[in-house]
Amino acid sequence: MNGPMIEARALTKRFGPFVAVDGIDFRIEPGEAFGFLGPNGAGKTSTMRMIGCVSPRSGGVLRVLGLDPTDDGPEIRARVGVVPQEDNLDTELTVWDNLMIYGRYFDLPRREIRERATELLEFVQLSDRRSSRVDPLSGGMKRRLTIARSLINRPELLLLDEPTTGLDPQARHLLWDRLYRLKRSGVTLVLTTHYMDEAEQLCDRLVIMDNAQIVAEGSPRQLIVDNVTREVVEVRLAIDADPAAEVAKLKRFGDRVEALADRVLVYTDDGDATAGEVASDGFDAASVLVRRASLEDVFLILTGRTLED
Amino acid sequence: MSTPPLLRVVEREALVYARLWRGLAFSTFVQPALYLAAMGIGLGGMVSAHSGRVDGLAYLDFVAPGLLVASAMQLAASESMWPVLGGAKWMRQFHGVVATPIGPGELFGGFVLWTALRSMLGAAAFLLVAALLGAVPSAWGILAVLAAGLCAAAFCAPITAFSISQDSDLSFPLIMRLGVLPLFLFSGTFFPVSQLPSGLRPFAVLSPLWHGVELGRAATTGRFDFAAVVVHVAVLVACIGVGATFGVRAFARRLSA
Ligand SMILES: Nc1ncnc2c1ncn2[C@@H]1O[C@H](COP(=O)(O)OP(=O)(O)OP(=O)(O)O)[C@@H](O)[C@H]1O
Ligand SMILES: [Mg+2]
Repeated sequence: MNGPMIEARALTKRFGPFVAVDGIDFRIEPGEAFGFLGPNGAGKTSTMRMIGCVSPRSGGVLRVLGLDPTDDGPEIRARVGVVPQEDNLDTELTVWDNLMIYGRYFDLPRREIRERATELLEFVQLSDRRSSRVDPLSGGMKRRLTIARSLINRPELLLLDEPTTGLDPQARHLLWDRLYRLKRSGVTLVLTTHYMDEAEQLCDRLVIMDNAQIVAEGSPRQLIVDNVTREVVEVRLAIDADPAAEVAKLKRFGDRVEALADRVLVYTDDGDATAGEVASDGFDAASVLVRRASLEDVFLILTGRTLED
Repeated sequence: MSTPPLLRVVEREALVYARLWRGLAFSTFVQPALYLAAMGIGLGGMVSAHSGRVDGLAYLDFVAPGLLVASAMQLAASESMWPVLGGAKWMRQFHGVVATPIGPGELFGGFVLWTALRSMLGAAAFLLVAALLGAVPSAWGILAVLAAGLCAAAFCAPITAFSISQDSDLSFPLIMRLGVLPLFLFSGTFFPVSQLPSGLRPFAVLSPLWHGVELGRAATTGRFDFAAVVVHVAVLVACIGVGATFGVRAFARRLSA
């Protein structure tokens, strides 16, 4: 494909007077894995639904596969795969029937669907469950089935809204592996998440959304380099400590200090040295831990809040 | 060769039905048999003994088409409530459909079409049982299945339009009790509307079920007035039209907001 996979300019979504997406700009190239990272209510799902042509935009420009969702919704949807935030499988039917029915929505010949369904169940490791009803499957299996279903039309673009939320670490790693393979096979991935490790694992490039707006854009590494020091010292305060006073004292140790409910983050380029200084100063801490800076820190510094709240 | 989106929605519903039909088949045949035995033969026997014919028909012949079409309405009405809200809110499969090339309006249309078809399956079973009991004097009776389908769609379209916009199922039992049940009882199903108090009689004309029952009765008895048939069909088509106008919009509002 020539030109971008998706292009948005001043893209806006309003629900009545409420602004869910406030004039955002982004551009996603073919073959990229692109992420929307943000806390609850940031506007990630609203954005994904506009891209997936199930929600008309309230303003701005949007092109998906070079087409305008307003005019070419069905044609775009025919070429896009969608993994929604909430599973919407036919739970009273079998795994196999779910794929057959979904394939028919795309008007694929049954024969073709059978071939693809067999391959896709293999791909998401559900072949042995093909005759089982969906209802009793685990959350991770349902998610994998939803991914298989989203691929039944061989999409050029796959939209994944929080693909691994609520799954255990093992199930998440399996999903990440499958998504990584898809990316390698040339499918453009667009995903939302509020897990920074997921964004770091999967995304070539991402935007951080907060309050309906994009607050930063770049590769995971670039975002960290641009916004945060290399390392972070996490100081867990003693239970009886006065947080405000302790934060004031810690300020002199790092380039920047952020106070959270139960701990204080000291941003520094040399974590071990700073941790040493904190310790030798006789600082009253329950624990001191050094780690590399992450996207979580980028978010905290840009918005003053953590991703989880 | 491409299949219209509407029919692809019907395919899905038909597959679900095919997977579950064994559980449904029993009630499909047993319910009409019970109704006809109790109303047609039991009650009908008494009616015949006391007052002879009803509208010039044996009571069994009178009540059979009424029950046939009214059952179709009942089925269509309940299928248009819980499963619709389920598709939008509980199970959410409707959201899965509109993420494909199929649009919300087509989903609505396919759903109504399927409900009509499914009601016709039930009506065909009913007709068969009624015919075996000798309650279908005319060969035109086969058209009663169409009357049932039309009547089912006339209820399905507006009720589905309503259901999709609901946030809970609280109103559904009320609709069944205060809407569907009174219509079931007073739309010329069990007795001619001429038996209604004169003040209420004109209201029967407002009941889509009455039009459906009259059509069904015209078919099974073979006695009909062409002009009346045209009016009945027109009223039912109008109900479908109004329901579809609201339904297409309501589906878009709920599923593609
Ligand atoms: N149909 C709707 N009607 C009214 N408000 C809505 C609707 N859908 C979303 N919103 C509001 O828009 C805002 C953004 O919602 P959205 O679902 O896009 O956020 P999100 O980033 O996906 O959040 P989450 O991480 O919780 O999924 C929220 O405040 C939400 O309440
Ligand atoms: Mg969301």
